[in-house]
Amino acid sequence: MHELAITVIGPDRTGIVADVAEALAGVGANLSDSTMTRLRGHFAMTLICSGPTVEDAGKALEPLTADGRLVATVRAAPPDEDDSAAGEPYLLSVHGADRLGIVAAVTRVVAAAGGNITDLTTRLTGPLYVLIAEVDLPVGAAEGLSARLAEVATDLGVDVILRRAEPEIL
Amino acid sequence: MSDALSVWKPELLGVDGRVRPVVTAPASVLGRAGAEVDPADPEVVGLAADLVATMRVSAGCVGLAASQVGVGAQVFCVDVAAHPKTATTHGTFVLCNARIVEASRWRPGREGCMSVPDLTGDVKRAGRIVVEGFLPGTGEPVRVVTDAFEARAVQHEIDHCAGRLFLDRVAGAHAIYQRKVYL
Repeated sequence: MHELAITVIGPDRTGIVADVAEALAGVGANLSDSTMTRLRGHFAMTLICSGPTVEDAGKALEPLTADGRLVATVRAAPPDEDDSAAGEPYLLSVHGADRLGIVAAVTRVVAAAGGNITDLTTRLTGPLYVLIAEVDLPVGAAEGLSARLAEVATDLGVDVILRRAEPEIL
Repeated sequence: MSDALSVWKPELLGVDGRVRPVVTAPASVLGRAGAEVDPADPEVVGLAADLVATMRVSAGCVGLAASQVGVGAQVFCVDVAAHPKTATTHGTFVLCNARIVEASRWRPGREGCMSVPDLTGDVKRAGRIVVEGFLPGTGEPVRVVTDAFEARAVQHEIDHCAGRLFLDRVAGAHAIYQRKVYL
């Protein structure tokens, strides 16, 4: 069984998900995890599926990308590739006036502390830039990272808060 | 401590509030902790009246903190009486230098903010709180026990007084939303 990682992105229109899912179903692809969202008029899909070969999945998507509006990528995703577990879950909030390099500066500091970003959303609304990230941190790294983030926040003129995420299992 | 809050009303401030413009993020005043105030200071009394006046003309507004009108001070007003999610309500009130002394029954809920007009977010707040603060004007210390939506509003405003926005407390990377409905 092949496991594939597929991305599709392009200007939003009605039916992108249906078209992609149908094309993949046609070659026996079973969709598992996916994120699909619209970002300022662009629709972006990232998904994992299993079944067909890279070649067959790519061929199935070709008609959808023929006019150049949608761009698709297909690659093999070995199931064991994700070994990023462990670590302590934290949430990072950043907000302030939009300027070049906020994401670059903040995430570089997180990476330098051994933090692995597992999910991240940014929003620009008017002059306000907001970044919320979920980060897995090595045990004991939070305090040092908070101090470093405070320095970067001062440089960037933004507010940064790192706090422990509280997983709740009901 | 007294239950003076139960008989308090904005008219007791003795001044007419004027509507002030509401500042929005990324205004720096929203990210700074407000200073403690003297609740009897006429300027603070005027600010309290202005907060109530501004809250009342703002559609859907259930609370407003001093930082939201550009003043870095620990003063806020709340009025959730007309909101459907309200259980306990103390009507319109203003508190200075308020502190949360007890918090329990934590649960998530969707919040918006006049100072972050285009986003909402899911935030976990205590569903029951005990707050201590001071009434503007008399400076009388009060202890407020409340729950549900009033508790949420008070926590949101006390956060403003500490220079924090709901964005600092959202539950995850997918817990902020572009606002679709404006009141």
